[in-house]
Amino acid sequence: MNTLLQLLLDGLSLGAIYALIALGYTLVYGILRLINFAHGDIFMVAAYAALFSALSSLAPADPGATRFAVTLLASMAAAALLGLAIERFCYRPLRGQPRINLLITAVGVSLLLENLSQVLFGANPRVFPELLQGGVAFENGQLKVGQIDVWVLLTAFGLMLALEAFVHRTRAGRAMRAVAHSHETAALVGVPVDKVIALTFAVGSALAAAAAVLYGVKYPQVSPFMGVMPGLKAFVAAVLGGIGNLRGAVLGALLLGLAESLVIGYGGATWKDALAFLILILILVLRPAGLLGKYEAEKV
Amino acid sequence: MNPNLKLILGVLIPALAVQALASLAPDSLSYFVSILALAGINAILAVSLNLVNGITGQFSLGHAGFMAVGAYTSACLSVYAFPGLPGQLAFVLAVLGGGLLAGLAGWLVGLPSLRLRGDYLAIVTLGFGEIIRVLILNMDFLGGARGFIGIPAETSPFWVMLCLAFCVLACVRLMASTHGRAWLAIREDEVAASAVGVDTTRYKVLAFALSAAAAGLAGGLFAHKQAFINPNSFDFMKSVDVVIMVVLGGMGSMSGSLLAAVALTLLPEALRPLAQLTGVDLRMVIYSLALIAMMLSRPAGIMGRKELWQLGWWTKR
Repeated sequence: MNTLLQLLLDGLSLGAIYALIALGYTLVYGILRLINFAHGDIFMVAAYAALFSALSSLAPADPGATRFAVTLLASMAAAALLGLAIERFCYRPLRGQPRINLLITAVGVSLLLENLSQVLFGANPRVFPELLQGGVAFENGQLKVGQIDVWVLLTAFGLMLALEAFVHRTRAGRAMRAVAHSHETAALVGVPVDKVIALTFAVGSALAAAAAVLYGVKYPQVSPFMGVMPGLKAFVAAVLGGIGNLRGAVLGALLLGLAESLVIGYGGATWKDALAFLILILILVLRPAGLLGKYEAEKV
Repeated sequence: MNPNLKLILGVLIPALAVQALASLAPDSLSYFVSILALAGINAILAVSLNLVNGITGQFSLGHAGFMAVGAYTSACLSVYAFPGLPGQLAFVLAVLGGGLLAGLAGWLVGLPSLRLRGDYLAIVTLGFGEIIRVLILNMDFLGGARGFIGIPAETSPFWVMLCLAFCVLACVRLMASTHGRAWLAIREDEVAASAVGVDTTRYKVLAFALSAAAAGLAGGLFAHKQAFINPNSFDFMKSVDVVIMVVLGGMGSMSGSLLAAVALTLLPEALRPLAQLTGVDLRMVIYSLALIAMMLSRPAGIMGRKELWQLGWWTKR
């Protein structure tokens, strides 16, 4: 019983990390109808940014809340800037072009970030510095809840709530929803569409950076291709929940994290990468709009 | 001339010419010949994917999965099933078997997934490609993550060119037939196509299965060229590579896919001296920058939807 609880807990914190990445996919998809293949690599660059800022004089050298917070903020800021730059120089010039071109450009940006990181930071994995003290927060019988898991869950769910409030309670959030609904109509009523799209990229990238820091805390290793698999899985999670739907992305990611953790726990570790895609295919064949997605009537 | 005879000659002449050139080439060029064979294999992949992504207007991101099915099937056939047969015969049978099974896999994958459109289709094919890879990874008799070793290295430039010419000519002939017209109609407007009586699902699945079979052929050639295959050679990035070739060449242009496949295989090799000069390997960085620049400056790809023979450099305007 306790192993099951332990696995569920692990799955929950893995799912929370996937959720932060999935939110970025879903935000960008909602607003541009673009599968942003570079998102997993923004996650990777953010992990490097976190590594360097944690080792710099910016952050205190001993693990603790300050070091964690400084690293988190620095990494989120760096990723937001990167997201803005990618949108401005690679995606904005293609506005109005067929979506396939946007998609291939996203793949190009993804390849560029991976290979540039490999040249700049080396191909070998680096150890992510210790941001938080390990140890057990509380235990009950065989169930151990690590300090790190508590931090991961608190940070992730805090950010998700903040995003929810931002999208539904602020003027900028309302503008984002308007642009997601229709670029033309939003522009007609005076919403600065380009600025809103840029903002969406900044927010999505910052969330990916938060995920990268949490991922680094939990699995302390950083490498140029680390973003590919978490990126693909977060994307699957976004589709599972209904792409373009924020709550759906969180739900999908948590389900995926739990499922993956259970599969690993019951001896199917080599199958875990297939699991995500199997779930994906089932959901797309049975309910293509995702768990929380809406069906739209096709206009002829 | 009889069109069938034309087809046979069209396939045989380039293949024999390439084989003659390759055998004339001195040993110092053997590396170059091997790269050209790789370019030919990539060209088969690109031309076949173009059938789905360019001509039928669907979007598949799982081509590497079908290549893997072909590669592993043919490797198994030559190592386990036909060890007694003479080398070349066993090789041909094994590669054909690989193509056949890949086509079957394409049909099976296509049936449920081609009900979906656009991004969703792309994601489902991506998923199937990854699942095929993980399945192979978990099969012990296929070598798992260690890879499959000891495949006879029978692939020669002749066979690559033969398969490539066959695929290209088959595509050209299909495009002039009812099937080609149906595929184009589906690309232009699926609803209108079904309104005039095109069985859209059937034609989409057919294009998908044919394309998968050709990818299987390419996989078989690849396996017998490298003599060693590993599930990681057929991952998501390989599928993306092929999509890039098709898009860069111009979606829907067979000659464009061909040109782009050859250019993109040769580019990293051509940049090798630069890597030695600068000391760091910037080849993939340049490759990705070139891709982005190309998409921004010429979004329709090298050829657009035209074919080489439709450019009209030699006709009066």
